Amino acid sequence: MGFPDRIERTVEIAHQPAKVWAALTTAEGLAAWFGNEAGIDLRPGGSAWMRWHEEGFTADMRVERVEEPKVFGFTWHIYGLPDQDPRRTYVEFTLEPAGEGTRLTVVESGFAQLPEDAYKKAYEGNTNGWASELGELVDYLDAA
Amino acid sequence: MPPDIEAIAEHVFTALADPTRRAILAALAQDGPATATDLAARLPITRQAIAKHLALLAEAGLVRAEPGERRRVRYRLRSAPMRVAQQFLAALARDWDSQLEALKDHLDSAAS
Repeated sequence: MGFPDRIERTVEIAHQPAKVWAALTTAEGLAAWFGNEAGIDLRPGGSAWMRWHEEGFTADMRVERVEEPKVFGFTWHIYGLPDQDPRRTYVEFTLEPAGEGTRLTVVESGFAQLPEDAYKKAYEGNTNGWASELGELVDYLDAA
Repeated sequence: MPPDIEAIAEHVFTALADPTRRAILAALAQDGPATATDLAARLPITRQAIAKHLALLAEAGLVRAEPGERRRVRYRLRSAPMRVAQQFLAALARDWDSQLEALKDHLDSAAS
């Protein structure tokens, strides 16, 4: 079947790296082409977010790499997994000058990750989901 | 990556490809753990057919058999394999092609 772990695309853009960098790393830039609204604290460990109005969806990101104007990396949640799931994919944009423009590569990786301990916990523990949440509620009410 | 992540995803998609198994999983997701008899009362499928599918789903790790009332076996949905399948779908649903087109359009319109 081939579990997809990594997505990679390279595009040629007819604008200089500084312009592309601004589109990728500023709130105004991200809100113009990616989300409808965005915020970013541009430093490793800084937080960023994007909101899509129509979908009513907000993505929270953590900035990981900032090497202006060459590399910008962040992690975010794997879409569809519960909010408390710790797994995240890593997105890295690489900008290289190409003539008058920029060669932009985006790599998103980590879709197939399943850390050994998380795997055991999630797969054998069988403690997640509503059943255990409700069990905890019952325990709490019993104790009170 | 553990060698069986792909096998887990395959089990989920194989299970979902069959309408009877899909109905059983949907019933367990909607109403919680149930015995084969409970499910037969709710679904237009014989108890024998349900038992057969439940055995298959349990073997694939998608449901867990546990002791229920009156010594009947109850089946509970296991969420971990479903999350593995969601990771697979998340990769398919990520549309970088459109996103990068949008980036180009934005830069072109900002320049003009």
